[in-house]
Amino acid sequence: MHKIATTTTDWKTIREDFPILHEKAHGHPLIYFDSAATSQKPRPVIEALRSFYEHENANVHRGLHTLSSRATEAYEKARQRVADYIGAASADEIVFTRGTTESINLVAQAWGGKFIREGDVILLTVMEHHSNLVPWQLLAERTRAQLRFVPVRDDGTLELEQLSSLLTPEVKLFAFTHVSNSLGTINPIAELCERARAVGALALVDAAQSVGHMPINVRELGCDFLAFSGHKMCGPTGIGALYGRAELLDATPPWHGGGEMIVSVALEKSAFKKAPHRFEAGTPNIAGAVGLAAAIEYIEQIGRPAIYEHDSQLAHYAAERLTELPGTRVFGPKEERGALAGFVMDAAHPHDLTTFADQYGLAMRGGHHCNQPLMRRFGVSGTTRASFYFYNTIEEIDRMIEILHAAVRFFS
Amino acid sequence: MIPEIEELYQEVILDHSRRPRNFGELPNAAVRVHGDNPACGDEIHLAVKFDANGGLEDIKFTGRGCAISQASASLMTMKLKGKSRVDVMGMLRAFHDLVTEETSEAPKTLGDLRVMQGVRKFPQRVKCAMLPWRAVEQALEQGAGEATISTEPD
Repeated sequence: MHKIATTTTDWKTIREDFPILHEKAHGHPLIYFDSAATSQKPRPVIEALRSFYEHENANVHRGLHTLSSRATEAYEKARQRVADYIGAASADEIVFTRGTTESINLVAQAWGGKFIREGDVILLTVMEHHSNLVPWQLLAERTRAQLRFVPVRDDGTLELEQLSSLLTPEVKLFAFTHVSNSLGTINPIAELCERARAVGALALVDAAQSVGHMPINVRELGCDFLAFSGHKMCGPTGIGALYGRAELLDATPPWHGGGEMIVSVALEKSAFKKAPHRFEAGTPNIAGAVGLAAAIEYIEQIGRPAIYEHDSQLAHYAAERLTELPGTRVFGPKEERGALAGFVMDAAHPHDLTTFADQYGLAMRGGHHCNQPLMRRFGVSGTTRASFYFYNTIEEIDRMIEILHAAVRFFS
Repeated sequence: MIPEIEELYQEVILDHSRRPRNFGELPNAAVRVHGDNPACGDEIHLAVKFDANGGLEDIKFTGRGCAISQASASLMTMKLKGKSRVDVMGMLRAFHDLVTEETSEAPKTLGDLRVMQGVRKFPQRVKCAMLPWRAVEQALEQGAGEATISTEPD
C-alpha cells in the first residue's frame, strides 16, 4: 500500500473549487475519472473568462482604444505567465496555439517543412499519441524523410538500450511524450533530450499529460520544443502553447498566413513579424489565453510538487486495487506512474465496462485512446482508462473498485 | 441492478456475447467482408454463402468486440440464415429502426432481434450493434470476393 496524504494541502477544500463535481450522472454523484481527456475547471478559471468578457474584451494588437489595450495587455501577460510556468527564457519563445496537436503540427509543417529533407530521420516512440505521430507521417510523406520508433517494453517503459542504434546522425528530431496517456509511463525526458543533443538532433517533448501534473523546466531539461494544451490543466479548451527555443522559432517560416502575423503587406509579397506573433495568424483565442493564465495561477497556488504527489498516490492506489479484480490486467510501470491507470478485464470489453460504469455515475474512457499502434503492441484493441487529477479522492477509487466488482458479477 | 443496464444487456444478449452462435470459419464462402469500428478497434469478419436464388445459404463470423457487437452478430446470423435477399434488406432496415428510432412496437418479423432494442438509449453504442449488419449489407452488394467496411465513412 502506498502512503496517503503526507502533504498538508487541504484537498477537500480545493475540490470545492470545481462546481461541476457536484453534478450527478444517472442519479449518482459524478466520479470524474477522465481528466487525461480533459480536466475540469475551477471557479477562478471560469471567473477569469467571465471577467475578461465583461471588462476587457476587444481584439489585440490592433485597436488604439482602451479596451484593446486591456485585451492586449492581458493576452501578452498570459504569454509571460506561460513562459514563467515552464521556465522559458522569454515570452517570445511561447506561441499560443489551439493545443498540443496544433503545436506539434506547427513544428512538423513549418520547421519540418524547411529543415527536413529526404533521407533525414525523425525518431518517435511506439507509445506516442496520434497527435505526435500523424503530423510526422504527413511530413515524412511530403519530404521523403523516414520515421523510426523506440520500442516499448512489456512493463510500459521505453527500450532505452535501443537508443544507441536508433539515434544515428541522420536523426534530425526526436519527438516523445513525457507521460503516456494510456500507460501512465513517465519517460526520462531529460535523458532523452541529452541523448538527442549528443547526435545533433533536436528534441520535442509532448507535455500534454504532464504539464499540469508535475514541475517542468524547459531550460533545465534542455528541450528544443515543448507542446501542451490548456484544457488538461484546468484551463479552457481551444488554447495551448508551443515552446520553441528562440533561435529555432526565429529560423522557422510562418505556416498560417493572415492578419496579425505580418509587418507589412503588398499585393505580391509580405513581411512577417518575428516569433511568436509570426505563428499567430488571425484573431487569437484571447479569452482562452487569459483562462490559461488563470489556470496556471491556480495550479501554482497549490504547487506542482504537491499535485504530483497527490496524483501519483491516486494512480498507484488505483493500479494496486485494480489487480484485486479477477482477470484484470493493469498496464504501465509499477514504480513511476502518471495520474492514470489503464486496464483490461476478461469479464467485459472496455466499451461495455464504461457503459456499465457510467450508469453508476463513474466517468472513465474505453477505447484506443488515440494510441492504436501502442494497443497493437500490447495485443489489445483498447483498454479502459481511469485518469485522475488533484480533485479526485481515494474514496472515489474505492467506489470504482466496487462498481467494477459489480461489472464482473454482471458480465461473467 | 440499474434498469437501463438490464434493458441493454438482456440475458439473451449476454448469453450470445459469451457463446456466440455461427462463430467460426466458413469454407467456400462466396464473399468475405471485414468490418471494423475504428472508434474502438472492434472487428468482424463475415463470410457468406449464397443459394441458387441469391439468398443466404450460410453465414458465419469471427472477430472480436464488445458484448453488443458480438451478440448482434450472433443473433443476426441466426436470423438471416436461409433468408432471401429481399428479406435480408427488409430486416436490415427494420433492425436499424429498432436500435435508432422511438417506435412504440418493434415489428414482429424481427423476432429475437428485438432484445437489441435497449441500444436506442445508448446512442454511442448504435455503431456496435450495426457493425455486423453493415457487413452483411456489403456482402449482398458485393456478391463475391472480399470487401472491407468501416463504421466511419471515408
